[in-house]
Amino acid sequence: MAETKEQKRPLSPFMIGPYYRPQMTSISSILVRITGLALVVGIGLTVAWLLAAAVSEEWFARVDWVVTSWLGKLVYVGSAWAVWYHLLGGVRHFIFDAGRGMDSPTAEKLGWAMVVGSVVLTVITILVASW
Amino acid sequence: MRYLTTRKRAEGLGSARAGTEHHLAMTASGWALLVLVPILVFVLARTIGGSFDEVRATFANPFVAILTALFLVIGMRHFAKGAQTAIEDYAHGATRAALIMVANAAAYLTIAAGLYALIKLAI
Ligand code: HEM
Repeated sequence: MAETKEQKRPLSPFMIGPYYRPQMTSISSILVRITGLALVVGIGLTVAWLLAAAVSEEWFARVDWVVTSWLGKLVYVGSAWAVWYHLLGGVRHFIFDAGRGMDSPTAEKLGWAMVVGSVVLTVITILVASW
Repeated sequence: MRYLTTRKRAEGLGSARAGTEHHLAMTASGWALLVLVPILVFVLARTIGGSFDEVRATFANPFVAILTALFLVIGMRHFAKGAQTAIEDYAHGATRAALIMVANAAAYLTIAAGLYALIKLAI
């Protein structure tokens, strides 16, 4: 009774592309994953910068040069968008987990809210950074 | 006959060989980050680009230091667990094991380096 039988179960293929038209819901979900992973770059740079500030003025100058270069600015603007987008994606997870917003029209609206919301929050962040 | 319920028999046999633990950990850390991240984003927005002394003064502030420390520990554990899920979706066998180790190592290294810097700036 208690033995588990070895069964051949179907494995789901990678759907997007060959079998699946890209949709608001699937693409906005994949972006939560990509932003979550990409954030490690900005966090790593920031911790290196913090460590340099704790160690010495020379080290700070070196790392701060990267941080304030155009590449550094690109990383930070990208990270600002990524963190806001991922945060809103997390909020959407909490909404879905509560069993709400799962019908297609609402789910699509939530996806657009993440896109628009993250851009608005990024602009606000840039304004706060540069006033 | 063994006294094994259907549930007991199925436990731990999901595709990830784990139950709801991962989901709950991501949800709980997600809620914590929902509070910590917006505060730190704005603190950083005001601090990045500042001078050596300004940056040191900001992170010597107890409030900023404690929130940053919380973020490092909670955020990087959240990252490592999240990255593990993503890795398990695309990589298999030894590559999978190696990538998960790399993700965890990156997370712990970031935590250790960040906490060291915060302590040094605090004292
Ligand atoms: C800002 C507040 C944050 C919230 C509310 C949040 C929320 C969440 C939630 C609910 C999940 C689970 C998603 C799923 O099951 O697919 C998740 C996944 C993840 N998070 Fe976050 N998170 C936040 C910040 C961060 C940060 C700062 C990082 C990076 C260091 C990060 C990296 C990840 C990664 C890599 C995943 C896995 C993605 C996947 O499996 O598709 N998160 N996050």
